[in-house]
Amino acid sequence: MDQMLSLFNTYTAQFPTIWMAIKIVLLPILPLIIAVAFYTLAERWVIGWMQVRRGPVYIGMGILQPFADTFKLLFKELLIPSKSNLFLFRLAPMLALIPAFSAWAVVPAGEGLVHSDVNAGLLYLLAMTSMGVYGIILAGWASNSKYAFLGAMRAAAQVISYEIAMGFALVGVLIAAGSLNLSEIVRAQSGNLGIGEWFMWPLLPLFVIYLISGVAETNRAPFDVAEGESEIVAGFHVEYSGSAFAIFFLAEYANMILVSFLVPLFFMGGWLSPCPESWGWIGKGGPHWLALKVGIIAFSFLWFRATFPRYRYDQIMRLGWKVFIPITIVWVMVTGVLVYTGALVPNA
Amino acid sequence: MTFEALLFYFFAAVMVAASLAVVTLRNPVHCALSLVLTFFTCACLWLLLRAEFLAIALVLVYVGAVMVLFLFVVMMLDIKTLPGREGFTSYLPAGLVVATVMLAELIGLMGARKLMQGGPVRDAATEQGLSNTEWLGRALFSDYILPFEIAAVILTVAIVAAVALTLRRRPNVRTQDPAQQAATRKQDRLRLVDLPHHDGSKQA
Amino acid sequence: MNPVFRYLKSLLLIELLKGMALTGKYLVAPKYTVRYPEETIPKSNRFRGLHALRRYPNGEERCIACKLCEAVCPALAITIDSEQRADGSRRTTRYEIDLFKCIFCGFCEESCPVDSIVETHVHEYHFENRGENILSKQKLLALGDRFEAEIAAARQQDAAYR
Repeated sequence: MDQMLSLFNTYTAQFPTIWMAIKIVLLPILPLIIAVAFYTLAERWVIGWMQVRRGPVYIGMGILQPFADTFKLLFKELLIPSKSNLFLFRLAPMLALIPAFSAWAVVPAGEGLVHSDVNAGLLYLLAMTSMGVYGIILAGWASNSKYAFLGAMRAAAQVISYEIAMGFALVGVLIAAGSLNLSEIVRAQSGNLGIGEWFMWPLLPLFVIYLISGVAETNRAPFDVAEGESEIVAGFHVEYSGSAFAIFFLAEYANMILVSFLVPLFFMGGWLSPCPESWGWIGKGGPHWLALKVGIIAFSFLWFRATFPRYRYDQIMRLGWKVFIPITIVWVMVTGVLVYTGALVPNA
Repeated sequence: MTFEALLFYFFAAVMVAASLAVVTLRNPVHCALSLVLTFFTCACLWLLLRAEFLAIALVLVYVGAVMVLFLFVVMMLDIKTLPGREGFTSYLPAGLVVATVMLAELIGLMGARKLMQGGPVRDAATEQGLSNTEWLGRALFSDYILPFEIAAVILTVAIVAAVALTLRRRPNVRTQDPAQQAATRKQDRLRLVDLPHHDGSKQA
Repeated sequence: MNPVFRYLKSLLLIELLKGMALTGKYLVAPKYTVRYPEETIPKSNRFRGLHALRRYPNGEERCIACKLCEAVCPALAITIDSEQRADGSRRTTRYEIDLFKCIFCGFCEESCPVDSIVETHVHEYHFENRGENILSKQKLLALGDRFEAEIAAARQQDAAYR
């Protein structure tokens, strides 16, 4: 055993890139794909229950439903519209998926449980999420379809607009935490008060705006005009079928789960316990607390979808530009004043 | 050759190929996408130089926002393919002159630095033991606060000017005011009237 | 409502939270969906499903070929031919119902003086070939033989109201 381990160690020391690749596949990607599969199941259940229906109940009491869906999608024929741009048509799903996965490199799951503990982690996250829009635009354009193109235009405009509000909300977090490193941001929310130390209290408007912008950024209900089926069929992925559609689906849900991770990390103390540290084991932080918070946020995504009717497109734009951005700018200034007067102490 | 050097040559090759594609490809959407690839590989190169803030800012601003708007316009124009390289030979001499001047300037800049310092370029951030981003932030908001704020004001003025130039008041067009629509309440539109029954009695 | 209060109300998302409270309530509410093939809801004894021709207990078919059902049928789905039998009674030689035309109104059953043509509780049936939509006399009699007990029970239950 020891020999094997030492062999393994020398091997991984020699080929750090390969070891990294294995780690990347094992840690974020595989669990993420499984999480996405069961998130779709949870979505159908929760929305069904909220609409006084049962949701999926047949295949293995409904639990095996995501596998049935996956296999159905994988075995379906890939249709390629005539006069579409073949190269870009095939490239688009990958361009949507890669940023959705690569953003996970800097997301910590617990104290020290992170692939890359970089200093500019938050900037990296913003950069990666802003890349996701290319998949959408290219899918819409390469499909050679009016509906797909309109959906892509809507999605792209929406994503870019809400990125600004999101960025401003994060500026507030930056000022309060004094760091761009995600682990540092979480640590800045630790203290003797437990839940009272989290950034969601001093930065409450930013927290709400970040959450709502996260919903809009991932093109989810009630901001899902990008696939408003009553107007433009299904938006940018109308022409995609089978596994290509599955990849878009995967990217969308991976982004949702990413936002469900980021909201707790930035505003709800990440892996820290809501109880004060002096309370013994219950006050100790750990990945289980993060999982709980992620579950709450992910559930609220489904809750929003079951509750709210779809926004009209111009109202979405108005909300982003005329409501969220002014509020965030004002609250960034308030945060600056709080830090300046010493009411909030950044840890740097 | 170290791994880093290998990465450098890979990124450099991709970048050169992508920037060549920007000017040679026929389909404007392909050109714009090649430009995206150029920016991205450039960001990778800067990351190799440990200039992570610049690299990420490049991706965030140019790849994430500017090029998306570029693509918007190019796609909306619906130019399927550009005409051939007409006028290539007539523009060639001017282009060559510009390229040579730029090359000479670059060489001059790098050579001048070498002569002045006589060694590798010093990095202000590592000298102070700070990360690139942190040093930039501190420098911008302390030593260079005035130029930084002036730049911000100029940009704001530019935005205001752009909005003012393109804002058309069209008094004859009926538009909806979403704020007003959202603020509408039941009491504003609905009036409950207590009508008598046909036999004259009041409703219960 | 003064503007300040209205602004506060919209900024605090009160109406949205109200909506979420409502859907949250229904999340745990009992579900009324019937899992159809496994569960069924009870059917009325007056349910009008697939047709059948009944017989008397001695095995003689009830239908006397009076053609009242053919006459009353609003969809013209019933076709009847009749002949005199050797014992002098009148019987049908052909009694066909086209299920594509039938609207399951139940008039044939109402008009029948001998309770011969009836509609059973069967509503789960299908055709695989063209032509199977026409129920012939043999098929109708076979259906009557098969479901006689249930048909009789349903008629018994309803007898007091006729």
